[in-house]
Parts: sequence; structure tokens; C-alpha cells
Amino acid sequence: MTLKEGKPGMLLKVQHIHDSELKERLMTMGLTPGTRVRVLRSAPFGDPMAIGVRSYSLALRRADAEKVEVVMAS
Amino acid sequence: MATLAVALTGNPNTGKSTIFNELTGARQKIGNWPGVTVDKKVGYTRYKDRAISIVDLPGTYSVNARSPEEKIVIDYLMNNKLDLVMDVVDSSNIERNLFLTVQLLEQGIPLLIDLNMQDDAERRGIRIDVKKLEEAIGMPVVETVGRSSKSTRKLLDVFTDTVMSQYHVSAQVQEHIDRVQAIRAKDIPDSSKEEALIEARYELIDKIMAQAVNTEHVSQSVSEKLDRYLANGFLALPIFLAILYAVFQITFTWIGQPIADVLDDVINTDFVAFMTDFLTDAGVADWLVSLVCDGIIAGVGAVLTFVPLIFVLFFCLSFLDGTGYMARIAFIMDPIMRRCGLTGKGVMPLMMGFGCGVPAIMGARALDSEKDRMVSILVTPFLTCGAKLPIMALFAAMFFPDQAANVVFAMYIAGVVMAIVAAKCLGATVFRDKGSTFLLELPPYRLPDMKTVLLETWDKGKGYLVKAGTIIFAASVLLWVMSNYNFSGPCEIEDSILAMLGSWMSQLFVFHGFATWEAGAALLSGIMAKETVVATMGILYGAADVSTEAEDAIETAGAFMNTGMATSFTALSALAFMVFSQLYTPCVTALGTIKKEAGGWKWVAFSAVYMFVTAWLISLLVYQIGRLLGF
Repeated sequence: MTLKEGKPGMLLKVQHIHDSELKERLMTMGLTPGTRVRVLRSAPFGDPMAIGVRSYSLALRRADAEKVEVVMAS
Repeated sequence: MATLAVALTGNPNTGKSTIFNELTGARQKIGNWPGVTVDKKVGYTRYKDRAISIVDLPGTYSVNARSPEEKIVIDYLMNNKLDLVMDVVDSSNIERNLFLTVQLLEQGIPLLIDLNMQDDAERRGIRIDVKKLEEAIGMPVVETVGRSSKSTRKLLDVFTDTVMSQYHVSAQVQEHIDRVQAIRAKDIPDSSKEEALIEARYELIDKIMAQAVNTEHVSQSVSEKLDRYLANGFLALPIFLAILYAVFQITFTWIGQPIADVLDDVINTDFVAFMTDFLTDAGVADWLVSLVCDGIIAGVGAVLTFVPLIFVLFFCLSFLDGTGYMARIAFIMDPIMRRCGLTGKGVMPLMMGFGCGVPAIMGARALDSEKDRMVSILVTPFLTCGAKLPIMALFAAMFFPDQAANVVFAMYIAGVVMAIVAAKCLGATVFRDKGSTFLLELPPYRLPDMKTVLLETWDKGKGYLVKAGTIIFAASVLLWVMSNYNFSGPCEIEDSILAMLGSWMSQLFVFHGFATWEAGAALLSGIMAKETVVATMGILYGAADVSTEAEDAIETAGAFMNTGMATSFTALSALAFMVFSQLYTPCVTALGTIKKEAGGWKWVAFSAVYMFVTAWLISLLVYQIGRLLGF
């Protein structure tokens, strides 16, 4: 699945990020493979979404979240 | 002893600027880095008989030299002989903050690591062992709590006592540096290299975290709880609107306007009377008395009376920014703004646009992509800035006495709608191929540091004061000369240069219903500064007691009622005139700012022309359709 499909409360683990303009910036902001991510909430129209990563909150658009492959973390 | 040269670096939202402000107070200079529109802040202080200079580098998440800010940070740190580089780290967000730290260590830059807002981190249950962190990295670590004089003194002690050459990176950091060099030497594409480097850095950070930071008992933060209401679901939007409403109430009703009224009385009544008496008693020639009182004081005074409004509005916005709520506004407004061809982060600059377009245009710096920045710069001047408001208020009061408030409100909406339409059009044409991105940290809510809020307010608002002293001063003199002289000497106003230019200008408006030389001259003066439109009309129609305060619009309208103005406009042509003033070419100060921020005369010419044409067309439509409908 991709991060785009994440629902609030889900705990996910980053697998890898597809090539895109934002890839390097997303990784710099802490979304490296293996990192655990919690989906926090969506803005009023469902987009952008906020995630908790490396103990801070990051907002990104769902179109960009689609580039992030994730799996459910146990 | 030589001056101690210190540089502050760190991520955004770490309280770095607050530390800088606490250390240097008002002894700072804000300029620009050469060639780019990024603030350069340098401050000075003295401590234990040592002069200390402190540079506040732009806050960045990394130094990949992808953005101008990142390039400045790394260039500055690599090319200057510094005694000390302090890396300000937000303790409650240490993990991601260490990314920049590691990257700088890779470049061989010794760092003093400042664990800032230690109290916040502790409250959340993040416990950092300073000794172990020093061992893990090999660099000195100091703890601070943001705004407190104790922290400030502590930092100054550390600055003067620390000898950076005594410190060397730890074995594991050195290992990482060797690994980085190995990755750089590999024969793989640059992008894969960068990715491998980022992963290597976070691997090191994970190690350091395990050694020195205990996050076992991290509780849900207060911010997390607040965000359930402020940045979640549909309640977030009404709350935002309520806050926005409060900001405008504070600015235009509760605090800003009352101060502006007092100032207006003092300048335009007391001071004018005083100067008139003073100059007449001193035996100064009549023309000079007129130049000083009718020209300069009236012109500069008109602008000065807006200063309280502008400063109160910017204070509110800087305050909201300091609390962290601005990031939430960007978050919740992004879907709406995106449909309008803008981005969530563009809300703050646009809100400033209701005060003054100049800082609003400068505020576009904060936006992510070139496209968002340019679109924001080019559409902001359509909004009703503080200087356009009196035009709207006066015409509404004169020609729509029963509906005045609604008509003024409609003009605000017209400006907003036009800005959206323009953003859509520009996005689909000129900037079609450029992408828009949105990646935003939502920092924890904090009580803003007042010193920082005030300094920011001053920084944004001072441009307006400078404008009053320079451009408006010059424009007032020029207008006075042009309205009192023609090429053969002093004359009546009907024969003046201004009348000539005005009637030339008015040729453009024969189908708009306001082709009078007075209207033409007023609009022409409005390109110098929108504040002068009402003042110019006052001079041209010979109305006494003209106030450029929106608040006094009804009295001013009364003063105009007995003049030619009441008969030279119909309700419909007045509306067309209002629409035109709302949308046409921005003032020269705004144009000058566009040149600096958008980079070139091309964009100045573009915005001057496209806004004039837009205004001309819309105003024409309003008048002609109105006539067809029988008004």
C-alpha cells in the first residue's frame, strides 16, 4: 500500500519512495526506509494529511504521499 | 582582543531567531544576502569585555544547496573564519534536527550543539543525557530553555569560554564521515548517492539516539490534543474564520483604528494649524506655506495615519506565526487555496496584502516552489490594501449612502475573486509547466516570544514608514507643483500640469462614465501611492476637511457633496471608478518590491500592464452592463 491510503491512527513502516521531485526532500525530512510513521489526521477536505515521524508532525499532500510505499507496522 | 565571530544555524522552528534576538536585542542589522532575497541578520553584543558578532543564518533542514537558503548556510560556514558555530536543536524534535548537525560535521565544521527548549522536551518525556550526547558526537553540548535571561547569560559564558579546536568528532562520527566519502567516490548516479547518504545519516542518528536519548515515556503532546480541534475535520475552518475575523476587528475596529484616528487629528488638524501659524509668523512666502501644509504634511500625513493599522495587523500575524498556528492555517487551507491556483502556505502573505502589498509580496519568499511564489507576487496587489480602503469608503458613502458597508465589502470580494481568477489564469498559462509542492512541518504550539514578535512586526512594517519618508514625500511635492503650476508659471488648478495630464488620462475612460480630468489626475496620482487618490480629489474639487480615514468617510463625503464631484459621477460611474481603483496598477513602492522579489523589470512591466488592462476591462463591463440594465 502507499501512504496515501493511510487512515488516521494507522502505524506504518516506510518501504521505499518512488522516484519523484520530492523524494530527496521527503527522505531528508526523515522518511527513510524502515522508519515508522503514524497517520495523524487529514485537513478538512481530506487533503493534505499530517503524519507523525521521528517525533514531529509533517504535513504533505496525498498526491505526494502516493509515492511513499508503506506496510502496516506491528 | 578581536571580535568573537559566532554563527547560528539550525532547522526552522527551533527558536533560533528568539535566541538571536535575546542575545543581541535591537542591536541588529537586517539586510539581504547578495543576489538573493533571503534576509541576512547580523547582531552585536558585548560580554566580559569581548565584542561578539552573531550571524543568524537562515533556518534549513539540510545543506544540500538545493535552495538559496541552504546554499547561503553552507557557503557562509565554509568560507568565513568563525570562532564558533552554534547549531540550535529543538530538543523535543532532536532526531530530525540532528540530520543537519551530522551533515555539517561531515563538512568538517566543529559545532556547539544547543539543546533548546529543553523544558518542552522534558515535559513530553523526552530525556536527553547531555554527557552521553557529547560523547556520542564528540562536540560540546549546552542546554537552553528558549526565552530566559539565564539561558542568554549561559550562552554568552559558553561563547567566551569554549575553544572549539579542543573538540574532535567521536570515533563513530569519524567512521560515518569515512563512509560518506566512500559513497561519494562510488560510480553511481548522483541521486542514488544522495539517497545512500541520507540513509547513512539517519543510521548514525539512530545510533546516537539509542546512546543518549530516552523516549520510552513520551506522552501525547498538548499540540496533538489542540490539533484535534484546530487542524482536523470541519470545525477547523470555522475556528480559522473566527480568528481571522478577530484579527481584522483588532486591526480595523478595536485597536488599530482608534490609534489611527488620534494620529489623524494630531497631524491633519493640530500640526497643520501649528505649522501654518508658525510659517506665516516667520514671514515665509505663501507658496512655501502651501507647499509644506497642503502638499507635504497632507501627503505624508495621509500615509502616516495608516501606520497604526499596518503595524497592528502585522503584529497579529507575527503573533499567530509565533504560536505555530500559521502552519495549521496553511494545512487546513491548502485544499481550498490549491483549487484557487495557490498553496496553503500562501495564506499568510495574502492576509498581509489586506494591510499593505509590499510586505505581502516579500512574504511570498516563504513559499516552496517558483510557481507558487511568482503567482502569489503577481496576484497580491489585487487585494484591498489599507490605502485603497479610503477610496472605497468615500465613494460608497457618497453614492451608496444606504448600502455603504455592503458596497465596500463587495469591493473586498471583487479583489479576492480577481486575485483567484488571475492565479488560475497565470497557473494555466505563464507558469503551466512548473509544479507546486507542499511539505510542511507542523511545529508544536508555543507561546511566542514577545521580543521576536515585535522585531518581526517592525521588520515587516518599517518599509511602510520608509515609503512615507521617501516616495510619498517626493510624490507630495511633485503633486503640489503639478497642481499649482503650468509651463508658464503659477496658475489656477484647472490650467495646471496635473489638469493637463488628468485630461489626457481621462481619454481612456470615455466608455467608463468617469472621463473627467479630475478622475484621471486622481488615478494617475494613485500609481505613486493609492493613499493620494482621495487627497488629490480633495484638492481638485476644492473640498475642505478631506480625511483619508475610512472611518471619517461619511463626513468627508459630506464635504464633497457640495463640490463638482457629486455631479460628475453617477452611482454607476462611481461604482465603475471603485472597481477600477481596486484593480489597477499597483503603486510604485509595490512595483519596486516586485522588481526585487520577482527578479527583473520584465515582471514589473508585466504586472503594471496586466493589472491596468484587467481593471480597464472589468470596470468597462461594470459600467456598460449597468447601463444596459437601466441604472
